[in-house]
Amino acid sequence: MTPGLPATCPLPLSQYPHVLMAHGGGGRLMNQLIEKVFAESFRNPALDQRHDGARLEAGAGRLAFSTDSYVVRPLFFPGGDIGTLAVNGTVNDLAMCGARPKWLSAGFIIEEGLPMETLWRVAQSMKQAAAAADVQIVTGDTKVVDRGKGDGLYLNTAGVGVIEHEQVIAPGSVQPGDVVLLSGDVGRHGMAIMSVREGLEFESTIESDCAPVAATVMKLFEAGLKVHCLRDLTRGGLSAALNEIAEVARVKIAIAEDAVPVQESVRGACEILGFDPLYVANEGRFVAIVPEADAPRALDILKQAHPEAGVIGWVGAAERGLVTLQSRIGATRILDLLSGEQLPRIC
Amino acid sequence: MKFIDEYRDAAGARQLAGAIRKATTRPWTIMEVCGGQTHAIVKFGIDELLPPEITLVHGPGCPVCVTPLELIDRALEIAARPDVTFCSFGDMLRVPGSRTDLLSLKAGGADVRIVYSPLDAVRLARDNPEREVVFFAVGFETTAPPNAMSVYQAKREGLKNFSLLVSHVLVPPAMEAILGSPHNRVQGFLAAGHVCAVMGYTEYLPIAAKYRVPIVVTGFEPLDILQGVLMCIEQLESGRAEVENQYARAVQREGNRPAQEIVREVFRVVPRKWRGVGEIPQSGLGLTEPYAAFDAEQKFGVTGVTAEESPDCISGLILQGLNKPIECSAFGTRCTPEHPLGATMVSNEGACAAYYRYRRPGRTETK
Repeated sequence: MTPGLPATCPLPLSQYPHVLMAHGGGGRLMNQLIEKVFAESFRNPALDQRHDGARLEAGAGRLAFSTDSYVVRPLFFPGGDIGTLAVNGTVNDLAMCGARPKWLSAGFIIEEGLPMETLWRVAQSMKQAAAAADVQIVTGDTKVVDRGKGDGLYLNTAGVGVIEHEQVIAPGSVQPGDVVLLSGDVGRHGMAIMSVREGLEFESTIESDCAPVAATVMKLFEAGLKVHCLRDLTRGGLSAALNEIAEVARVKIAIAEDAVPVQESVRGACEILGFDPLYVANEGRFVAIVPEADAPRALDILKQAHPEAGVIGWVGAAERGLVTLQSRIGATRILDLLSGEQLPRIC
Repeated sequence: MKFIDEYRDAAGARQLAGAIRKATTRPWTIMEVCGGQTHAIVKFGIDELLPPEITLVHGPGCPVCVTPLELIDRALEIAARPDVTFCSFGDMLRVPGSRTDLLSLKAGGADVRIVYSPLDAVRLARDNPEREVVFFAVGFETTAPPNAMSVYQAKREGLKNFSLLVSHVLVPPAMEAILGSPHNRVQGFLAAGHVCAVMGYTEYLPIAAKYRVPIVVTGFEPLDILQGVLMCIEQLESGRAEVENQYARAVQREGNRPAQEIVREVFRVVPRKWRGVGEIPQSGLGLTEPYAAFDAEQKFGVTGVTAEESPDCISGLILQGLNKPIECSAFGTRCTPEHPLGATMVSNEGACAAYYRYRRPGRTETK
């Protein structure tokens, strides 16, 4: 926790240890909640104007705009919580557009009865995550729903970022001959959530990889490198990201299974449950597809952030989108999208 | 990772593949019995390393696939009851019955839960005495001991609100059904390692002798499967028909005796219907008399539910090794994992699903 930060909620908690319907009712209690929890945590000039929205100085150039909702259960998990997830998720989506994330909105849908302390902890996580990613939370919204109508807390964040270069970062920019870089090991977030949600006990705790990646991405542009596409590996994991890119770009992406790093504990958990780590969600990993000539320098930059970053594959010509994987024993197969979510198997 | 990496080693795989090529002089057809093996073969591309003389056909050892449609309909009828908490392993949830599936029932408000152990279902019954907790006991000999243990435990605790919907099947009778068919083309078997870890492999000795067929108890990693194929080919080439154990790190001749004892206590051998194959005598497990009160089919009166299979689905022929998935006219067109006509397309371990996921025709000529 940041030095000097109050460790506990400054609201008169003895009076309101839990969120009441009235905290979303538009009256004095709601003002208190906003003032003492949100304004206190996210303080910045735009938010301090206390207006219906934030007025921002964007300067010239293009903007990127993204939104995401967060419904994770449990709210707190090894390596993060719903607050860090909500900030980093939108920050990373903006970074994947090639933008420098600047401003976020935060919408809180709170279930009546949520401990005020929980809300405070989440707000503190968001404050720290925003500071780490160098973004400001400039506007927000609070709703309280009846007990039983929500999972404690849902968050929505939207974000605006500034694009400081002329490149078009999108699947359509991917070309045969490009190189696929991966920013680190995969599968941690999904398995971290899975193991706490289902009460699975493994020898070592699996920590989510939840982290902002914008600083690393910005370094690629600051170094003057050409980048064709960026994609974070959230739901559906590495496999979904590559399939979506290949589909739009109408290219073949060929990757090598043994080039994709997977932490020992994640591999073990996946083996037990019959999951494939290539399909498991991440919250701090991305692929960068770059021209071959720029790949070595791009890899150097990725490696500074995560030593396990590496080249995992190449882009080839194809009539329609296709992702293939060379297995550990040397045979090639399709790496397809899943039809639904991965389900633990019988034996 | 220990016990994984050494069995997925590329150099080791090449070496074994070379030995198989050297040993093979004629065409041979080998069946891997277990769906887990099928999945590994297609996922790792093990068959691509084999010489063209060897054909691997995929066996009936996918518990989800061979669970008859009418039993799934019975499960759905029970799960839809407002007083029931229906527990299942994850991969049964997507399997369509005649009209719906468990995932859709869950979305519609039914209390359907994924559990990781049948004992979790017993705990649910203990903690929720006002609910009827039903566990969908699907599987081969591998899952029979924990499922038996759940009923044993429930009876000992006097739980009246716990029951099993039993769909247990046995491997040796299915192998005999395949070998006894006039259309049989299987010349050697890779027996299912996990089944044998529980049961041992003495029950395969009379099958090998009667049908003059080599049976190699085989594991699930690429090197296990390649070594199993090599041992099987060496037997075939030298005219032997023996039971051999490739998976010695997990399987003993006599198997796991305490596990067998609990199975014998709770279950008895009964005739079972196999999806796509039909009824095979003495091929499954049902609850013994002292545990009859835990039989969900009786408890909820669903034994009368029957169902008709899609006439387009050839999963029965696939489960018997007579056809490959890509030989089906519905494969990848009218039948996909999103809209499966038969269970071999639904389960991860089903041969059709494995082919769809890893090698669709027209999409694999990619090297």
